[in-house]
Amino acid sequence: MKKNWWKSLSIVLLIYTVVGGFLFHVPRLTIVNETIRALYFHVPMWFGMVFMFLASTYYAILYLRKPQTIYDNYSNSFATVGLVLGMLGIVTGMIWANYTWGSPWHGDPKQNGAAIALLVYFAYFILRGSVTNNEQKARLSAVYNIFAFTAMIPLIFIIPRMTSSMHPGSGGNPGFNMYDLDSKMRMVFYPAVIAWSLMGTWVATVLVRIQLVKEKIEDLEDEQIQ
Amino acid sequence: MGRVSILIRKEFTLELRRKAVFSGLALYMVSTVFIYYLTFNLRQNLISPLVWSALFWVTVLFSSINTIAKSFISEKKGQEIYFHSLVSPEAIIISKLVYNFLLCSVLSWAGFLLFVLFISNPLIDSGVFLVTILLVSWGFSSSLTLLSGIASKANNSNVLMTVLSFPVVISILLLAIKITKNCIDGLESYSSYDELITLLAINCLVTAVSYLLFPYIWRS
Repeated sequence: MKKNWWKSLSIVLLIYTVVGGFLFHVPRLTIVNETIRALYFHVPMWFGMVFMFLASTYYAILYLRKPQTIYDNYSNSFATVGLVLGMLGIVTGMIWANYTWGSPWHGDPKQNGAAIALLVYFAYFILRGSVTNNEQKARLSAVYNIFAFTAMIPLIFIIPRMTSSMHPGSGGNPGFNMYDLDSKMRMVFYPAVIAWSLMGTWVATVLVRIQLVKEKIEDLEDEQIQ
Repeated sequence: MGRVSILIRKEFTLELRRKAVFSGLALYMVSTVFIYYLTFNLRQNLISPLVWSALFWVTVLFSSINTIAKSFISEKKGQEIYFHSLVSPEAIIISKLVYNFLLCSVLSWAGFLLFVLFISNPLIDSGVFLVTILLVSWGFSSSLTLLSGIASKANNSNVLMTVLSFPVVISILLLAIKITKNCIDGLESYSSYDELITLLAINCLVTAVSYLLFPYIWRS
């Protein structure tokens, strides 16, 4: 139990996020109004996604340095969880945009960048699916993972900052800094970021364990056949 | 260094020996532009400057993918092992990068000429545009060469090549389209410097990563 304190922490923080996110006081801003609460769910999911993809790339680098199946396993699982968080992030963003911008998909630079980030990792899984040799699959997908992640950096961190966007936080639109007066929002926001990242890590480790068990079962079956 | 130049020369010799491949690529370009011309034939006024830039960059993207895809996919099995025993992977990737870069920029420039000839030339500032073509060709060749190496090891390489490359080259493409718009609007050339420098930075990043990662896919 002592070793798993962070799992309990993530559950506690998530409950806190949901309760606080819906009930705490938020500043009144025109147009945004109550949809500002999306900040507690949408943005932390993106943060979680970036952390998951970072972890995935980190394990890909480890794999290239020292080819062990477990690293590939971790890399794959983190990418899966990152993709799920990213899809949740895009869906929550679309719900928010539907009420604030008037339509779920608005062709905003940040929206497009997010969609491309997801495309990268869809391509990653297609690559994994189309290589049959396990060792080669691990190496090629590790190379693509690192390459795509570096190519994604300008796409989601640099180009959106160069173009005007209706997304909160850029241009003259209300963003996080506008709430400096009301730092109560941070009281929920930061715990939410931590909570989603911990939750993501937890799910990833579970996926790794499932994979390990599957491999073990396959080995046992092979032995039985022999 | 000597090895790299020998390898580049070998690529050119091979290319000249198999003239069909290069002429095939050129014909691909000509046919595409001619199809644009025919399909828009009576409605030339429909091709607004923005449509022009979209058509141009999509054409360049596809012909670059086709050009570069062949750099590893069409290589024979024995040939790879032969090179593996002969030279370092770094020499291979640098020679391929330089060669693909030259090929891509020649093709894109030719494409630009064809566009001017058949469709129109909405550009006011062509100088910056030609530099942009050069930078984009560099970006495409450095990112696509590595991906072609990856795709050549997997099944259904050709589809995979396209799927893998789209997300990666899109940031280059977006910047290029932005600069093109500046050129079409006839803004002062310094107004595109920000984008040009970002493009250059992305190119350096992508080239460095391809250089570092290539030995790992070459090994298998």
